[in-house]
Amino acid sequence: MTALPARELATKLGLVIDLDICVGCHACAVNCKEWNAGGHSAPLTDSDPYGADPSGVWFNRIHTFEVETEAGDSRTVHFPKSCLHCDDAPCVTVCPTGASYKRVEDGIVLVNADTCIGCKLCSWACPYGAREYDEDAGVMKKCTLCIDKIYNETLPVESRVPACVSTCPAGARSFGDLGDPNSDVSKIVAARGGYDLMPEQGCKPVNKYLPPRPRKHDPDGEGLSPVEADQAGLLARWVDRLFTR
Amino acid sequence: MHPAKSVIFFTTASGAGYGLGFWLILLSLTGLAPQTPLLGWAGFSLAFVLVTAGLLASTFHLGHPERAWRALSQWRTSWLSREGVAAVATYIPVGLYGAGWVFGADLSQPFWQTVGGLGAALCVITVFCTAMIYASLKPVHAWRSAVTPAAYLALAWATGAVVLTVLVRLDAGLADMRAAVDTIALFGIALSTVIKRVHWFRVTKTHGTGSAESATGLGDLGKVTLLEAPHTEANYLLKEMGFSIARQHAAALWRAAFIAGVILPFALIAVAGAMPSSLGLVLTALAALSAAIGVVVERWLFFAQAKHSVTLYYGADRA
Repeated sequence: MTALPARELATKLGLVIDLDICVGCHACAVNCKEWNAGGHSAPLTDSDPYGADPSGVWFNRIHTFEVETEAGDSRTVHFPKSCLHCDDAPCVTVCPTGASYKRVEDGIVLVNADTCIGCKLCSWACPYGAREYDEDAGVMKKCTLCIDKIYNETLPVESRVPACVSTCPAGARSFGDLGDPNSDVSKIVAARGGYDLMPEQGCKPVNKYLPPRPRKHDPDGEGLSPVEADQAGLLARWVDRLFTR
Repeated sequence: MHPAKSVIFFTTASGAGYGLGFWLILLSLTGLAPQTPLLGWAGFSLAFVLVTAGLLASTFHLGHPERAWRALSQWRTSWLSREGVAAVATYIPVGLYGAGWVFGADLSQPFWQTVGGLGAALCVITVFCTAMIYASLKPVHAWRSAVTPAAYLALAWATGAVVLTVLVRLDAGLADMRAAVDTIALFGIALSTVIKRVHWFRVTKTHGTGSAESATGLGDLGKVTLLEAPHTEANYLLKEMGFSIARQHAAALWRAAFIAGVILPFALIAVAGAMPSSLGLVLTALAALSAAIGVVVERWLFFAQAKHSVTLYYGADRA
């Protein structure tokens, strides 16, 4: 049924992405593709993968933004984006067949590939671009939060996290229950000021983003000093004096 | 947004079909349309063909057309599902009224008046549901307004009535209702023009509250610009939601839609009113043809000009 769960969910599984840590290596996107190409929504069809115009279904995409302050100071922010498993998911309610649904037990938003008619309306309704249509299968596909991995009892406990989380070499991604205020992910969101993307859309996304930490301010603008004059050795002080003149 | 041909054909053809059905029934209920078999056959068959061809075409863009019946199940939340239910339901009273018309039932009986009233109301409801599919989408600022259903309803009124101006010239027995039908068509065209002008203003002069800053949440740090896209080639999102081909020709296309959809049909129908039937038939047929071209261009622009909020992640400043 495409009605959203009537009550506030107790468990809301989701991701917390730390934009201060992400290095933009795309490993999460690659491992997502690798796992899910054989997972719940498999295959993730590619068309013309080795040709001139390759395209295909991915659940996770890494954008890179430049943020420039008014003073002209700029920084690069790598920005992974996947389904945010929203509380008020418009992709669910617009679905005419009931194929798109939000699970009551953990809040994960999924597509039933057996009843999806491929009308694409859910992808129009999602403000974030979290859903990608599989031209080959004729159905909509999206991040499953690796439901076939996180509940998989044949895997070691530490592996029961989404593929993007387990592969991140920098530890920029965390997985947990954002419905529980005492969970590790909820605590880090509270401590770091985790936020929602596009709050104006009112989708109440479960996934949260942690902002890049403020840069350490250097009022004199001198930056690093290569030689600390008073502690420098004789040779360094001599070179410094020679070239300062 | 990507302007799928099947959806353009569906919304324009079914809009004209429902408009035609609505006016046939309303003019009959008010006693302005004589119950001649010719008008019944021609009018209801044409409405049936326009609506059915449109509905069939709308399934062509589905990944699984054979599952289309499932779309009738989620009317509690989905406007697309509501549209499907309303479209199917409309066949019953409109088809029944059309049958009553051509087989000579006494349409002044309360039973037929009820059937007719229900049919006319369902024509309006179905077009409204079609429009609400778009008007309910928050990520598309251009559509998210009452202007969208107003425009769909006004254009269904206008195009249905323009088709009817041709039909009432097929038979000398229908001469008395021509003035009324022509007036309805001219009013419909004028009303659509005003509403579409408001839409044009909304699309070209306003934008949603979202920005690259709100999309990334990085606005506190400064101005956000895309440095590197996630992929080198266009993906589904960019082809479907990031469609911007020929958007630079929007103003020229808008003028074309105005000339073909408003100026020509308005002038042709106005002149046809003062002409003998045979010449009037030719002029109104030309008006219908021109209006069809105009409304297709209008519908193409409706999709192609609309921007989706996902483009904020791909370098758009506003959407």
